[in-house]
Amino acid sequence: MKAPLLELEGVHTHIGAYHILHGVDLKVGHGELTVLLGRNGAGKTTTLRTIMGLWHASSGGVRFEGEDIHARTTPEIARLGIAYVPENMGIFADLTVRENMLLAARSAKRIDDIDSKRLDWIFGLFPALRRFWQHPAGLLSGGQKQMMAVARAIIEPRQLLLIDEPSKGLAPAIIQNMIVAFRELKQKETSILLVEQNFNFARQLGDQVAVMDGGRIVHTGSMAELAGDEGLQQRLLGLSLAAHQ
Amino acid sequence: MNSSAATSPVLDALPEVKPDRLPLLLLPVLALVALPLTGSFSTWVTLTFAGLAMGMIIFIIASGLTLVFGLMDVLNFGHGVFITLGAFLATSVFGRMSGWAESDSLYRNLVAMLPAMLVAMAVTGVVGFAFERLIIRPVYGQPLKQIMITMGGMIVGVELIKVFWGAQAIPLPLPTAFRGSLLFGEAAVEKYRLVAVLVGLTVFAAMHWVLSRTKVGLLIRAGVQDREMVESLGYRIGRLFVGVFIAGSALAGLGGVMWGLYQQIVTPEMGSQVNVLLFIVIIIGGMGSVGGCFIGALLVGLVSNYTGFLAPKVALFSNILLMVIVLLWRPRGLYSVGNR
Repeated sequence: MKAPLLELEGVHTHIGAYHILHGVDLKVGHGELTVLLGRNGAGKTTTLRTIMGLWHASSGGVRFEGEDIHARTTPEIARLGIAYVPENMGIFADLTVRENMLLAARSAKRIDDIDSKRLDWIFGLFPALRRFWQHPAGLLSGGQKQMMAVARAIIEPRQLLLIDEPSKGLAPAIIQNMIVAFRELKQKETSILLVEQNFNFARQLGDQVAVMDGGRIVHTGSMAELAGDEGLQQRLLGLSLAAHQ
Repeated sequence: MNSSAATSPVLDALPEVKPDRLPLLLLPVLALVALPLTGSFSTWVTLTFAGLAMGMIIFIIASGLTLVFGLMDVLNFGHGVFITLGAFLATSVFGRMSGWAESDSLYRNLVAMLPAMLVAMAVTGVVGFAFERLIIRPVYGQPLKQIMITMGGMIVGVELIKVFWGAQAIPLPLPTAFRGSLLFGEAAVEKYRLVAVLVGLTVFAAMHWVLSRTKVGLLIRAGVQDREMVESLGYRIGRLFVGVFIAGSALAGLGGVMWGLYQQIVTPEMGSQVNVLLFIVIIIGGMGSVGGCFIGALLVGLVSNYTGFLAPKVALFSNILLMVIVLLWRPRGLYSVGNR
């Protein structure tokens, strides 16, 4: 059996005096989309930030392609092929959309160096980016900023995307574009770890699901299993899919 | 890659992009307000050129400081030591090339001035590297300690300068070709002030080019806004910061040469005397903004010269007053950067 692309084992993370993650165990397989669900404050964002090296695990292991990365710096982790879209989107408001994209394309010195087919693909998914290419990113609407944040993460092929609540505040049509984008990325063997509160969105994309509570993973399994079991949803998330529809 | 994604019907039009030019208007408005007050057009021209020259030199010195703050939130109160060091290095270079500096030939004068500037920039750049490694690196993210330790670093630096050059003031006469004034009608404009304006404009143009046309510049602008995201994209912002710190120190060294020639005398305390002006300038401009720093420096230069002529007692606090007025209008400075 192929080893997982990403594996967290007994990860504890402290932020100052606060003990946030209490031994997180999580696996993300090659080409899989794993959804991380849980209530606010469960530790989902901290998990992503710990993987990315923005907060360091105080104990436990974070392995990417079998290599322990928990002591590595954030730029080193990013250069292994991991892209991160934070909840606040992390856009550079004073730079144009074009400049934001150029910055995300590490191998490109100029915009002409970016793979034009890939750029066209991104423009197809998120047409607003072409339209507002030369505009300061700070002037974009919330949804457009979210599109740009995701587009930035996929401007070059990456092995793993860590995405924190991409559907937050988005219009349904744009959410649909996101779903298309993530499905196409999966087809290209890109693995995705998605933190999401929108269960309907998560249900359409997820292969695997992990549910967090109190800084621990309290459930792992297939998304199909969770989506088909209202009792499990009620027990783990305090919701049912029927209530969401 | 084919996408079946539908074109979004919910894309609202963006507001039209209008560059914020209002702060730029402050310069002509200030100059026009001063025109009737100075009494004569020729005096006004002289004061305006003096103000612009002073502003350009302050900009050269302060531009690195504002980027250093913008990138890493580092308050470097030791920046003044690079100014002093640059100026003292110029006295040594000029001392060895006095025949060239005192020659009537413009070419020979330039040959004396250029090595002074290059040596000052090279040495202050190297010292800046050591300063960042030894003094600033241990106190990242600790603003209070930064203030204390960088001030301490400046005191130690100034004492070391005294060890090499002595505690006395050293004259730094202008090369012969830059002495005297050019007459525009009845208005006299010192030649060196024109040189300072030209050098300042060149530095500004070069910085603008690097920041707007190169990927390194893009990284610096992005890092000033959100350094964590720059790191998440895979760039080592620590290295970028060291580079900016070295460049900022070298520019302060260049500014020291220019300032020393402007004053025509060099003292170990000159850096600490200019330090206050530097912080006023970068606060007025918006911490981390090079464009704001440029306008702020010119405003400070003009206000200093106009008030020095019109009301010398007011001149002592005129720049503080300017800062207060600007901050009442724009609390984050003329051009705020990102979320600062």
